[in-house]
Amino acid sequence: MTTTLTATNSAAIAAEFVRARTRAGSPAMGMVMTVVVVVEEQDAAATLEAARAASHEHPARVLGVVLGSSRGAGQVDAEVTVGAGWGGEMALLRLVGEVVKHPDSVVLPLLLPDSPVVAWWASRAPRDLAGDPLGRLAQRRITDSAAAAAQARTLQVQCAAYSPGNTDLSWTRLTPWRALLAAALDQHPLKVTGASVAADRGNPSADLLAAWLGQRLRVDVRRITSDGPGLTEVTLETKKGPIRISRPDGRLATFSSPGNPDRPVALRRRDVPELLAEELRRLDEDDVYAATARFLARGLAAKKTPTRKGKK
Amino acid sequence: MASNPLRDPQDRRLPRIAGPCGLVLFGVTGDLSRKKVMPAIYDLANRGLLPPGFSLTGFARRDWADEDFAQVVHDAVKEHARTPFREEVWDQLAEGFRFVPGEFDDDVAFEQLRHTIEELDVSRGTGGNHAFYLAIPPAFFGDVVGQLKEHGLADAAGDSWRRVVVEKPFGHDLRSARELNGILDGVFPDGSIFRIDHYLGKETVQNILALRFANTMFEPIWNANYVDHVQITMAEDVGIGGRAGYYDGIGAARDVIQNHLLQLMSLVAMEEPTTFDAQALRIEKQKVLSSVRLPSDLGATTARGQYAAGWAGGEKVPGFLQEEGISATSTTETFAAVTLHVDTRRWAGVPFYLRTGKRLGRRVTEVAVVFKRAPHQLFNPTATEELTQNALVIRVQPDEGMTVRFGSKVPGTAMEIRDVNMDFAYGGSFTEASPEAYERLILDVLLGDPPLFPRHEEVELSWQILDPILDFWAKQDKRGAGPEQYPSGGWGPGSAEAMLARDGRTWRRP
Repeated sequence: MTTTLTATNSAAIAAEFVRARTRAGSPAMGMVMTVVVVVEEQDAAATLEAARAASHEHPARVLGVVLGSSRGAGQVDAEVTVGAGWGGEMALLRLVGEVVKHPDSVVLPLLLPDSPVVAWWASRAPRDLAGDPLGRLAQRRITDSAAAAAQARTLQVQCAAYSPGNTDLSWTRLTPWRALLAAALDQHPLKVTGASVAADRGNPSADLLAAWLGQRLRVDVRRITSDGPGLTEVTLETKKGPIRISRPDGRLATFSSPGNPDRPVALRRRDVPELLAEELRRLDEDDVYAATARFLARGLAAKKTPTRKGKK
Repeated sequence: MASNPLRDPQDRRLPRIAGPCGLVLFGVTGDLSRKKVMPAIYDLANRGLLPPGFSLTGFARRDWADEDFAQVVHDAVKEHARTPFREEVWDQLAEGFRFVPGEFDDDVAFEQLRHTIEELDVSRGTGGNHAFYLAIPPAFFGDVVGQLKEHGLADAAGDSWRRVVVEKPFGHDLRSARELNGILDGVFPDGSIFRIDHYLGKETVQNILALRFANTMFEPIWNANYVDHVQITMAEDVGIGGRAGYYDGIGAARDVIQNHLLQLMSLVAMEEPTTFDAQALRIEKQKVLSSVRLPSDLGATTARGQYAAGWAGGEKVPGFLQEEGISATSTTETFAAVTLHVDTRRWAGVPFYLRTGKRLGRRVTEVAVVFKRAPHQLFNPTATEELTQNALVIRVQPDEGMTVRFGSKVPGTAMEIRDVNMDFAYGGSFTEASPEAYERLILDVLLGDPPLFPRHEEVELSWQILDPILDFWAKQDKRGAGPEQYPSGGWGPGSAEAMLARDGRTWRRP
């Protein structure tokens, strides 16, 4: 059930949460975190649905924040939703006028006591997440370079401005690939002499994967542009032959390794709620992402390869 | 090269994927295989935890081709898997199904099994690593294991491994348990025998250790100074169903107390292990089991019964003695309750009451730690009339979670204190999709990770605890004092209530 509050404030929104929960029959809270989602008005419904799906695994208070024009007198409108087969609760906050510059003043009183706060910028993200008023409230700050307009550029900015707690859904997308590659080297403890990553143009996940491999294996990683979808192939060269994962259809991959028959591996592209759920599983700093992001930021600054600027 | 450069202990996103391997399943047509093992294999593949090339070989007395077997698995997965069915996951598994038809004493069939496994090593790259899952009655273990040995299937070459997986019952008394172990032990080394007690794969059971040893607020009161007694209950609302052949002569104590309840008890009662590895956990569990003492008067401290015909959950149900395949004079118990003492400083004087039964009020498994009353009561007796004892209840299934019961003032001008419950539901605070116990356990078998599997020492200690009770009941039977009839759909026989009443206590209604 959804209640609309017009020209309201945080105290009234908080009171509405309690009233709505009581109406829904259970005043008890089993929620484990607050998720602040910064969205554009046109994406709000779809994005909050994704947050809601992810919070099936992690019951959360989801606060959608739509920042409108900052001109004129400030006003806060809210839609509060509770219940209906779901452990969490949600409010969509629409801010216009002066208050747009102070969204933290609206969100802070609505954070659940003594539990983690996650901020997620579903489309556009500020350059400095940790310095952003809403980002400052969160211990985990999630962006998605792949959802940005200028993907490669966004990735570079995010990596250069990395601070502990930041993470990128483009990195989350890589977990199954990385797990397979790590398992492949468990089986074949061989020295890797070279590597390549193929993906569609400007794919930020591919850049992160290349940086991860480059940083961990200390080899040059070739970045090949393919027609996609997404990542299509990763190859590790060893003296016994290549270890290769090739996924032309975004669904089923073929795993090849020296001395073994080629084998199919399910490697489906995952949707946003699944990625978000993985991201919410651990809320401490991701050291491996940190190292990869730093490596990528350094590497890009040094090389400036022309393909990265390429845009249609 | 010593270590894998792509592995980093800080990288906790990366799951552990089992190395190349295959599983050979004996007894593919049974409920266990279709409802648990096959769906768990699919779910593992769907979560990306099975290696590329993982292969499943079925062995049974059926005239099937590989495709027929694949169809059986397909149907089982569609019906019982926890995660959604996806074509690409099925494609990954599909080429790895093999079927070998034959009897357990058929040399030709086992020779064919060996060829099949060798062929898989070539065509699927399973690398000589194979686990044999015996989802068959224990009476056939000897035949199958003997055949595996005879045909060289139990011998691992080089770095590869061969493992065997067995399910309860691990014997029906100490002697038969030792015999059974002798059979397995003669063929597979101790570390390669995996006994599945699926309770130990459940999240809540593993959470008992997290609850006790990761927190500060429980451990200080987890002893005889504060704990009055502990009740461990596993109740089923169903009868024996079609399992008469298995159940008659086995009974509730052998079926449930020997394994599940004693394992639960040892986790609740154990001292803090030095580390969280298999060896350290086993040592602590064994210490608990070997310090268990039975009361001297078994007649007053145990109870048993058989469910009578009646109404359960709004349905008319037959009694145990009327079930098909059960003799009208059977003395097999469908309800068992026992009192155990743990002779350690921590638990001196704290009885552990264990009960299990079929056709009880509802399906529930829980551990209730009931605390002593406050030594001095500030409030007058009328104020605390409705206050009972504080309790901490760990719900193992269904609706996994924990409840704490304590007293609270009833709003109003009078001082009146009443019990209230504070509830933590696993499903509420964490994933609604927590993995099935079998997923965890099968993955652990493939990874060779043994902490959650009971070893034969534990099995034998459990039988040492249970054997005197079983003997006592057998003597009662000879005197004509068999199990008491109890109404279906209730909470067991009157003798179980009387057993606690003698100690001035009552059973919780779970």
